[in-house]
Amino acid sequence: MNHPASFSSSRDASLSRRSFLKGLGVTAATAAANGAEALAADLAQADRERPFGPGETAVGFVLDGVRVQARVEPRETLLEVLRTRFGHTGAKEGCDRGTCGACTVLVGGTPVYACMMLAVAADGATIETIEGQAIGGRLTPVQQAFVEKDGLQCGFCTPGVVLSVTALLRKDPRPNEEAVRGACAGHVCRCGSHPRIVAAALEASGVKTASQMEVVSGGRHHV
Amino acid sequence: MSDWPSETRFLGKSTPRIDGPAKVTGAAKYPSDQQPAGMLYGAILRSKWPAARVRSIDLEPARRLPGVRAAIVVRDGERTVRYYGDELAAVAATTQRAALEAIAVIRVDAEPLPFVVDEVSAVRSDAPRVFSDEASNKGEPRTGGQGDVDVGFAEADVVVEGMFATQVEIHHPMETHGGTADFRGDELTVWHSTQGISSVRDGLSDALDLPQSKVRVLCSYMGGGFGAKFGAGVEGVLAARLSREAGAPVRLVLSRFDQSLAVGNRPSTFQKIRLGAKSDGTLKAFSIESYGCAGYAAGGPSAGGSTNSAFPAPYIYRVPNTRTSHREISINTGPAAAFRAPGHPAASFGMESIMDDLALRLGMDPMELRLRNDPSELRRREYAMAAERFGWKAKYAPPGSSSGPLKRGVGCAGATWGGGGRGTQAEMEVNPDGTLEIRCGTQDLGTGTHTLIAVIAAELLGLEPADIGVRLGDTRFPPSGGSGGSTTAASVSPAIYDVCEKAMEELKKASGLDYVRGASWKQACRKLGISPLVVRGQWREGLSSRGAGGVQMAEVEVDTETGFVRLVRIVCVQDCGTVVNKLTCESQINGGVIMGIGYALYENRVVDRATGVILNPNLETYKVPGFGDLPPIDIVLLDMPERGVIGIGEPVTIPTASAIANAVANAIGVRVTSLPITPDKVLAALGRIPGRKNPHEEWKSLFET
Ligand code: FES
Ligand code: FES
Repeated sequence: MNHPASFSSSRDASLSRRSFLKGLGVTAATAAANGAEALAADLAQADRERPFGPGETAVGFVLDGVRVQARVEPRETLLEVLRTRFGHTGAKEGCDRGTCGACTVLVGGTPVYACMMLAVAADGATIETIEGQAIGGRLTPVQQAFVEKDGLQCGFCTPGVVLSVTALLRKDPRPNEEAVRGACAGHVCRCGSHPRIVAAALEASGVKTASQMEVVSGGRHHV
Repeated sequence: MSDWPSETRFLGKSTPRIDGPAKVTGAAKYPSDQQPAGMLYGAILRSKWPAARVRSIDLEPARRLPGVRAAIVVRDGERTVRYYGDELAAVAATTQRAALEAIAVIRVDAEPLPFVVDEVSAVRSDAPRVFSDEASNKGEPRTGGQGDVDVGFAEADVVVEGMFATQVEIHHPMETHGGTADFRGDELTVWHSTQGISSVRDGLSDALDLPQSKVRVLCSYMGGGFGAKFGAGVEGVLAARLSREAGAPVRLVLSRFDQSLAVGNRPSTFQKIRLGAKSDGTLKAFSIESYGCAGYAAGGPSAGGSTNSAFPAPYIYRVPNTRTSHREISINTGPAAAFRAPGHPAASFGMESIMDDLALRLGMDPMELRLRNDPSELRRREYAMAAERFGWKAKYAPPGSSSGPLKRGVGCAGATWGGGGRGTQAEMEVNPDGTLEIRCGTQDLGTGTHTLIAVIAAELLGLEPADIGVRLGDTRFPPSGGSGGSTTAASVSPAIYDVCEKAMEELKKASGLDYVRGASWKQACRKLGISPLVVRGQWREGLSSRGAGGVQMAEVEVDTETGFVRLVRIVCVQDCGTVVNKLTCESQINGGVIMGIGYALYENRVVDRATGVILNPNLETYKVPGFGDLPPIDIVLLDMPERGVIGIGEPVTIPTASAIANAVANAIGVRVTSLPITPDKVLAALGRIPGRKNPHEEWKSLFET
């Protein structure tokens, strides 16, 4: 049996599983004693979980290195909470249903659509937003490359894309173009900055890229 | 003719955006990011009927919910709604959720009416009328032309005929429409995501009956517009009214879903074209009968210009004898708005398609046919450059000649755009310590206006772009126009030139020095004593102009078993006068081409005929080009400093879809005659879906009545 790998694993499923197991009189200790390690781990996890709602509930997480707390409704998304409680408006709402990537933040180092994660599910997590990237006003190499290579136009998709590229480069410091496209595939950029975003990501990984535009003198002419 | 310096440090070079750091750190606050203290959340109740007589709207149930601070109807009294998504009422509440719950309990007493949402059904004599007082959903034809087409066709050696159609495209800027309104005392301040702060101000002043001096519109950054964000919009007016009623700031930003219904689109077109030529390819006669559909109406409160479905024909070609006739069709869907190069992509698709069909009949290389009939010397040169870069001569082969299931093809197309722009004013404040700020009531849509201003000022003042403070997007700054029609660069640049020159003159007077540029700047400024120098500049003749041309070539690979079109490469050759900043210019060209790719292959608003509901109102179903879809885009930009500054946002998006469509036809030997070119249309065109008509055949009946 697989242990839930992410915070967004279905809470309902584990709750009913717990009640089911409880009904059978199984505890984590008896499961462990019987050698069912995976089951024991599952149960221990289920026992740590608590039901939320329907009213506000306290959640805490580490936000850009700072331990923070907020009271949230169980139905509020991480995106709403980041924007309205913590003023981290770098995460944008582009679609509110997991199709555009504008809301991307890093949860435990992994890019996540913050509009698709409930804030209560982020309890205990380590969250990085675009606001936490440049320390003391110093841009990260990824941010620097986005500025220099013009990996942005209106800039609305930019915070999310920068975070996805950041996560990619931590895992794979020398990605090829294919890997960059793959890491950015969950982002919509309506301004069409894609070619410059790819160039910026490669540049941040130390690869020199060239402009695809050649400017030639048009000379005198008649239209 | 132009006074721009010829030896430059920054002009025409690459300068990273001065607002880049703010955008990559999240420090840039967009209108949708503003959260003034005590802010409420607004939501709009929209019609769920494509057509209905609304008798009354009861807001009381909403008002009784906890957290609701204001509830209003959009219009008092009985009214007719004409599309699914039309605005009925709005509420403001302490949270977004509370606002959404509140609109759900508003009671609307309405009588649904018959409706029609597709163009073909709409012109039938028994179709429900979108406007009950009109005899038909079909407008009167607007006609035009020159010469004598009958003589022209009689003189032609070859005549080809074709029918072409283009889809409804939705703008979908990443930041949706709306903003935050704060009505305090007798003054209104709004942060609005807009392409025209002054038109938003004027619209709000009208709608709320406020003096223009009491309305301030702010928009330092905004997440794209593409033509759909000129006025205050219904949502802007509602936010302001809600704020007045609630006595608190109200944020009203549309959901992506609402964005798809009500705030604009690119109209559809249907074109029946005849084209006649001599056997050497010289065009003799052209006729077109066309329809277009902008929804229930052309334009709307935030539409901007050019919102009907008209388009230029025979587009860029010289034809001595032409006859044109165009009609509008009304249906029960949301209104159109200006959309990046209004009219031109559709015009280009029809004309460039029939040009290729003609070339085929004549046994001519399609590029040669264009060179023979394109009156623009500049574009003919661009064809030559594009052909060399692309390898046209080696790559072009008659349609359908590649063997095997994967077929390669190439296509080309040209475009024109007016642009131009005037009227901008700008102000510069120079401090005794040498720092300076330029203020201008324009707005930066992501096109790089902040940086354009910094580049020009740094060049003229002999400073660095980083030394130039630039503030935009505030109606208290000297006025500029809306950012549309690729006019911003041509309108703003001369005003910056002027204000820099004036600042230097004034500084010379004030400091008594006769050289104040560059290294002398600070020293001169110190002589100002304690008061800053403030100067005004304005647009002037000779520094910008209009008229840009471009040519694009596309290579595709079509899988004849799946119908999938893979783009191999696009070459774009374009002129835009003097290049101010290579970096942002390249980005804008990429953006235009990529949007053109969406128009060619993916984008299409789908409306359910039975319910009048839009079936793809979000980005998982309305497909825009993504990272996996894009080929290398090769750009050649002609620098022509003597022409001054010309905008580039629109011309580059025009010919892309036509070039791709021609490449697909060249690859598979048969033409898909409507956009977008989806796999099912490719397979149907190839006759690979037994028993099925081409999905794009139905609209041809428009021309049979
Ligand atoms: S807002 Fe979260 S993916 Fe679009
Ligand atoms: S830069 Fe505008 S959406 Fe990506």
